[in-house]
Amino acid sequence: MIPINKILEIRNLHVTFSTYGGEVKAVRGVDLDLHEGETLAIVGESGCGKSVTANSIMRLIPTPAGKISNGTIRFKGMDLAKATDKQMRNIRGVDISMIFQDPMTALNPTLTIGTQLTEGVRQHQNLSKKEAEQRAVEMMNLVGIPNPHERLKQYPHQFSGGMRQRIVIAIALIGEPDLLIADEPTTALDVTIQAQILELFETIQKETNVAIILITHDLGVVAKVADRINVMYAGKIIEAGTREEIFYQPKHPYTKGLLQSIPRLDQKGEKLLPIDGTPPDLFSPPVGCPFTARCPHAMVVCEKVYPLRHQPTDSHYADCWLYDERAHTTNLNPKKEEMT
Amino acid sequence: MIRYIFKRFLMMILTIWIIATLTFVLMNAIPGSPFNEERTSNEAVQENLERHFNLDEPPIVQYFAYLKSIVTFDFGPSIKKPNDTVNDLLARGFPISAELGIISIVVALFSGIALGVIAALRHNGFIDYLAMTIAVLGISIPNFVLATLLIQQLAVNTGIFPVATWQSPMHMILPTLALATGPMAIIARLTRSSMLEVLTQDYIKMARAKGLSPTKVVIKHALKNALMPVVTILGTLLAGILTGTFVIEKIFAIPGMGRYFVESINQRDYPVIMGTTVFYSAFLVFALFLVDIAYGILDPRIKLHKEERG
Repeated sequence: MIPINKILEIRNLHVTFSTYGGEVKAVRGVDLDLHEGETLAIVGESGCGKSVTANSIMRLIPTPAGKISNGTIRFKGMDLAKATDKQMRNIRGVDISMIFQDPMTALNPTLTIGTQLTEGVRQHQNLSKKEAEQRAVEMMNLVGIPNPHERLKQYPHQFSGGMRQRIVIAIALIGEPDLLIADEPTTALDVTIQAQILELFETIQKETNVAIILITHDLGVVAKVADRINVMYAGKIIEAGTREEIFYQPKHPYTKGLLQSIPRLDQKGEKLLPIDGTPPDLFSPPVGCPFTARCPHAMVVCEKVYPLRHQPTDSHYADCWLYDERAHTTNLNPKKEEMT
Repeated sequence: MIRYIFKRFLMMILTIWIIATLTFVLMNAIPGSPFNEERTSNEAVQENLERHFNLDEPPIVQYFAYLKSIVTFDFGPSIKKPNDTVNDLLARGFPISAELGIISIVVALFSGIALGVIAALRHNGFIDYLAMTIAVLGISIPNFVLATLLIQQLAVNTGIFPVATWQSPMHMILPTLALATGPMAIIARLTRSSMLEVLTQDYIKMARAKGLSPTKVVIKHALKNALMPVVTILGTLLAGILTGTFVIEKIFAIPGMGRYFVESINQRDYPVIMGTTVFYSAFLVFALFLVDIAYGILDPRIKLHKEERG
């Protein structure tokens, strides 16, 4: 499948947070591309910067602590990193929507579902109450909520967790966005509900051709729905490729480690291999490859210099020294000057 | 809902009955009588007076006569002001007290909430610190101190406002200020802290992700949730304002109910004590009932009545 139109292009994105302990470099030079109707998964463990990247696109990083310190976020020819608050308000909910992790807290307990569903379109498209409710009912049908007319008048506490997540998805979709950012949309749900919600994503994409950025730490979720996968570690994308490439030909030792640490039905009795150690401290991130300290194949150069990009196919790359031709010929200890 | 109101109504009656009974017991327990000061009256006159006001009857008979007066809402004549019935005093004093009290609570609510919201939105900024300094001062200074300070500075020294009494809107400003500052400070602090908490909630982020304007996010999504704790203490604040009116009315020489209440206790004017106490407590109990109803309106999760399962 060759997607045609690129709708989102992130280049060299840096996001920092100032805290009492100093400046946290949460995202350190992320490049990311997204095409129409495509699902891109950003995978990584807690604190790797995947949520911050997503929130940057929506410009929902908590200010004044956090800020986009460098880079561009091109969306439909506009740089979101430099957009004004007013411009952002016209993009949020209309062009880009977001789904949050915990449906139990993402809905306002004091407003009816109907109000929460319709207020976005009513503001942006000047729909009358009736038109907006009609749209809401259509959306509720799309996400599979029975009795939509009655449900509109109810409050969030009258819905189950899975139903609430469907509502959250309906709210995100009602403005007919081109891009949907789902930040761990299934993490807080039961496994059976997770599967339903993932299927819902597939249905929605077929019907609306919306592009989805799926943020998750669950490779099982990724395997089901993602077209392409970006693996994030310590604020950088260290490997990117199609689903098949990442699952069957992982290049980066971190990606391999992640894949070994998920249980598989076809390998009975094998022990899961956790990745030892913890991610580096992002107050003072390492100069070289951030995975060095935990990497079973680490070389001297890894610690000193950030790896050059290894690109086996057009769609696949990994930032790792192991694939450099010099890795096996030299004494695994190239001089610094040569590498930079 | 109707069942809940009915149940609450019974509870209110019970509460008022308990208050009335306690008042009666306490009143009979304190020494002295309405006629102690009247040196001129001889014993025969005193006996006649006591008979006239049924004070010669045994306490239990007096108690039932008194309960009857509550039910019929006819407390009889005042002992000390023979030209007035208790109902006359209430009718004269209550509108003024109510005016003072209601203006004060409205001022306290609106300015307190506004101050708290602004402080929360400018968290750790200059306005936040300024608002909270005002709030701490407001909480720490008792209303009678504030009242005398206000009179001294704004009425006596500069002459901007009249010193006392209750006639024109200008007369109302100082008493209202003195009475409303304390509750306003409490409301401001509470609003600020609960607003700060609510603003970090996911549904606020979600509201922003819909592209709503900041005003809409704050007013529609945050404020309604942040006001729950304020509603909770509103009952206590109402009681505070009510007792505050006694003091403020006295300081500003406002002819409200508070004056009759305090005077009647000093003079052992039993019918007036009874009348005002029952009236005040009925008023407060009803206000608390309204507060509870307000809960249900603000937060749909709070059920005031058992709903049929569905």
